[in-house]
Amino acid sequence: MKIEIAGQNAFIVYFGEQASATVSAQIQAAVTNIVDSMADCLIDLVPSYASLLVIFDLDRSEPFAVRRKLRDALANLDGVDTSTGELVTLPVYYSLESGPDLEIIAERGNISVEDVIDIHQQQEYRVYAIGFAPGFAYLGEVDERIAAPRLATPRQKVPRGAVAIADRQTAVYPAVSPGGWNLIGLCPTRMFDPNRNPGMPVKVGDRIRFNAITREQFLAQGGEL
Amino acid sequence: MSGFIVKQPGLLSLLHDRGRYGAHKLGLTTGGPLDFVAFDWANRLLANDANATCLEVGFGGLLLEAQVDTSFVLTGASAPCKLNGDAIKQWQTRDIQAGDQLEIGFASAGTRIYLGVSGGFDIAPSFGSSSTVLREKIGGLRGDKLQAGDHLPCAAAKQSQHYCLDQADRPGYGDEARLRVVGGYQQAAFDPIQQWRFYNSEYRLTDRCDRMGFRLEGENVHSDMVGMLSEGICLGAIQIPADGQPIVLMNDRQTIGGYPKIGSVIALDCARLAQLSPGSRVQFESISIEQAHNIHCLAQSRFLRCTPQPCRA
Repeated sequence: MKIEIAGQNAFIVYFGEQASATVSAQIQAAVTNIVDSMADCLIDLVPSYASLLVIFDLDRSEPFAVRRKLRDALANLDGVDTSTGELVTLPVYYSLESGPDLEIIAERGNISVEDVIDIHQQQEYRVYAIGFAPGFAYLGEVDERIAAPRLATPRQKVPRGAVAIADRQTAVYPAVSPGGWNLIGLCPTRMFDPNRNPGMPVKVGDRIRFNAITREQFLAQGGEL
Repeated sequence: MSGFIVKQPGLLSLLHDRGRYGAHKLGLTTGGPLDFVAFDWANRLLANDANATCLEVGFGGLLLEAQVDTSFVLTGASAPCKLNGDAIKQWQTRDIQAGDQLEIGFASAGTRIYLGVSGGFDIAPSFGSSSTVLREKIGGLRGDKLQAGDHLPCAAAKQSQHYCLDQADRPGYGDEARLRVVGGYQQAAFDPIQQWRFYNSEYRLTDRCDRMGFRLEGENVHSDMVGMLSEGICLGAIQIPADGQPIVLMNDRQTIGGYPKIGSVIALDCARLAQLSPGSRVQFESISIEQAHNIHCLAQSRFLRCTPQPCRA
């Protein structure tokens, strides 16, 4: 673990070179410790793949003291349980109608469309990071057989709820937006709702499973085609 | 409902409080006034709460009609301002009556003018803040910039005493700035020659400067980084993409990103940078995190010690 300066009131903690279940669990444990021990001078936290940005209040503390508190909060994270993280299941209507790139991914991997759908559901994913847009959660890691590079030309308009793959990551688009990921289905669960608190059904460190639903179930759960 | 009616919205008029904090975990950025120094003075002169909602008028062009008797102040960039057609001074609180027209012309020095009203604009917070972030469609009115016909709610709250800030205490707005940088993040990936170039060259603001980031042009700077994981980005972080041209990330930056960063501009100097126009010249200066802390405390203590002068409206 390495603590580096990020800015006048921010440190960034690096937990490893790569994202992994262990690193993810350590970051989550660190977030809990820091919120507990530094609440008086904490402004915000940004957990990501293998790092945690800690932004503190210069009016209530100073860098030297914050670094010391951070070091304490980061001690003893080695034995952290990697099975932590809430398990969240997201329903997906996989079909050629809702997932226009399913065939391309199948062709690339020399497998059938049904295989792509099965393989996407077999994996348990971790929320590695949230960013890019409100509620956009980066989930990893996608099985190599269905990993697919971003589109050469991003789409102007990806629908809300689109379930997508880019390289070895998968995500659910929280709102209509442009996007270059490969679309494989639609999820009726709102990933970001500005009128609700906490606003998102998942957080960094959670474990995610996808579960296939039918067109009827998708519509019944509020999905739109 | 009392408040102001927007007759002409101006180029980029946005409602802001001090910013949205604690929501990075949802991917929400901070927002808040680009020039927090001028914003803080607006609230201070009106004896408002420090987090009261003001209007950030980007570049000017705003015309409002009051529907309420209250007091207001204009700080930040210099712009010709008129009340019912008569020129009025900035950095000085005054009264406005229902039916009065308040006009903010186009900025002649600086780029962001702040309009504060007594008690602040009454905007329901989303995720703890009224700050408007266009990209996220959150905060302010509908998450959008002002439009003609909009209603800006605020209470009738005339002040018994008016205040102004001495000329000597006001920030100046020019066309150059020295930006103090706390080295950090991937700093070590920039070898000494690259760092020397970065800190000893003059950069110019391009016309691609917005609330997310200010793109500069000048000497190329390169790092040895090949591919990195996206990580949290703080205010002022200086991102150096493959073209070697720095981007200073501002209030509406994305919360995570995967470009190498050489360090971060201190908040006070981000506020100065925000008031510069395309073509303005900047130079970076390396300081330690301890120096940055001292600079922050000194500025804070000066702000608190500096007393606005009573004046006649």
